[in-house]
Amino acid sequence: MSTKVFKKGSSFRSLPWIGPASLLIFIFVLWPVVELFLVSFREISISGLIKGWAGFENYRALLDNDDLGGTLRRTAIWLVVVVALTMALSLPLAQLMNANFRGRRFLRYSVIVPWAASLVITATSWKWLLDPYYGIVTRILVDLRIVEESFDVLGDPRSAFVALLAVGITVSLPFTSYVLLAGLQAIPNEIKEASLVDGAGAWKGYWAITFPLLRPAFLVAAVINSVYVFNSFPIIWVMTRGGPAYETDTTTTFAYKVAFRDQDIGQSASLAVGNFFVILIFILLFLKLSKWKELDQR
Amino acid sequence: MTITNTNKSRKKSKTNSRRRSRKKSVILSLTGIFVGFLFIFPYVTMLSTALKPKSDITDIPPSYLPQSYEWINFIKVFQELPFGMYMRNTLIISIATMIIGIIVAVPAAYYVARNNFRLRMPFLLLVLITQMFSPTSLLIGIYRELSALNMINTYQGLILVNVSFNLAFSVWILSSFFKTIPVEIEEAAYIDGASRFQTFRKISLPLAVPGIVTTAIFTFIAAWNEYVVAYTLASSPEKQPFSVGLSLLIGYYEIKWNYLFAGSLIAIIPIIILFITIEKYLVGGLTAGSVK
Repeated sequence: MSTKVFKKGSSFRSLPWIGPASLLIFIFVLWPVVELFLVSFREISISGLIKGWAGFENYRALLDNDDLGGTLRRTAIWLVVVVALTMALSLPLAQLMNANFRGRRFLRYSVIVPWAASLVITATSWKWLLDPYYGIVTRILVDLRIVEESFDVLGDPRSAFVALLAVGITVSLPFTSYVLLAGLQAIPNEIKEASLVDGAGAWKGYWAITFPLLRPAFLVAAVINSVYVFNSFPIIWVMTRGGPAYETDTTTTFAYKVAFRDQDIGQSASLAVGNFFVILIFILLFLKLSKWKELDQR
Repeated sequence: MTITNTNKSRKKSKTNSRRRSRKKSVILSLTGIFVGFLFIFPYVTMLSTALKPKSDITDIPPSYLPQSYEWINFIKVFQELPFGMYMRNTLIISIATMIIGIIVAVPAAYYVARNNFRLRMPFLLLVLITQMFSPTSLLIGIYRELSALNMINTYQGLILVNVSFNLAFSVWILSSFFKTIPVEIEEAAYIDGASRFQTFRKISLPLAVPGIVTTAIFTFIAAWNEYVVAYTLASSPEKQPFSVGLSLLIGYYEIKWNYLFAGSLIAIIPIIILFITIEKYLVGGLTAGSVK
């Protein structure tokens, strides 16, 4: 930035411009973070009144909670499986979206749909599709003779969790494959053609030339997707409410149940603090990957 | 002899490869259309269910297609479910979020794009970190804070939370738009005696209209689809947006699936169309400029 309209201003002069935005972020994003930490160390009555400091009592109650272990294990599976399969599937999907063929626009617009549509509605439609009596998917499975008779997919913890994973992947794919598509479009055509002409074969050429160029986009998509998936709430909540019992809960739905169903705000806050640190790790990763400092250079 | 032979075989291989490439493009098309259909499959069945008459809804197993197509369901949904009220709430929340979001984000984005000041880096960092936080992880904090502010079950509470969590995207997208406007244009106006604010209002703002529209649409969509905060804060049906209202209707004993899905389609189709119009800018904004 060699030419500047304005001189390097004092902080005071910037306030009318960035003040309102900063204020809103402080009040509605950062204050809740502080409040969350405070509450996790408080003893709170069912009506929400603070009775006093609780030390690590809430954390101890959380660790003693019988359903915590399974929830943590499922959260890890949820995060790893959804993100890994999403990333693995979005590579060929982005390639397909970038290829030249009749119907490409249909494909690109179709992929947008689960991204644009409300997750609540998408989850509702899946709940309906998987209904043992009225669901089309269960009927298709029977008609194709994949299963002998219709069954309650969401009623059994194992099949319910598999269904949740599948829906989680389909709603994650649009974002990641669009990021990869943007990455592919930034690669000059000559390079892509060169990787084919050299006789290396399409597959080898892809891994030797295209993928390394795509790696930054791939990593950014993976990190941002991880945060989305980790924070994901509507899919599980609408389709199973984390049930039967707690058997399909992840930490987000579990924290919700503890806070608003069991009315144990303190214990739930201590779990949310744990979630906060997980997200913090992803933020640090993202800051490392992103070129946010470039905003200064340009 | 050998030459003509190789020529012939070359010709042959050319038509062969052309045939092969045509075959390849047909396969590509079929694959692409099939994959595309997989993505819209749930929404297509939603449509077919929305068009079914009441008597079809309880068929076991369900029919693939409606016996008769009841387009009237798209109007009846307003009588059969409190859908009109939900839509009104959603519109109030989304439009207010969009307007306040733009009013707050535009000056910040402009200042960041054009100036170097001491708080610039801290501010950018703040914005970037906000982008990674979702209200889901901070729900208890938000709930307790809004209780203290007496904003539980109010439009204001939902609107302000929505605005704040969407500021990161808005500031990022807008400042990248402002940066594409040549500084020289502003300098000329500035030298001509225009004040800083006049330069901003008369020169930069009109030029950034496409960016502002993009940001406005994105904020509108985000508020439209928001679920978890409204689910927690909007306890009375009079304040609930459709996402919360519809999800609560599923819990009732007799579910009117055809109306539920007719309503759902009314709620998502305009959003999908809006989304497609800003698709070009989404990736850059959501990855905070680290891709594209």
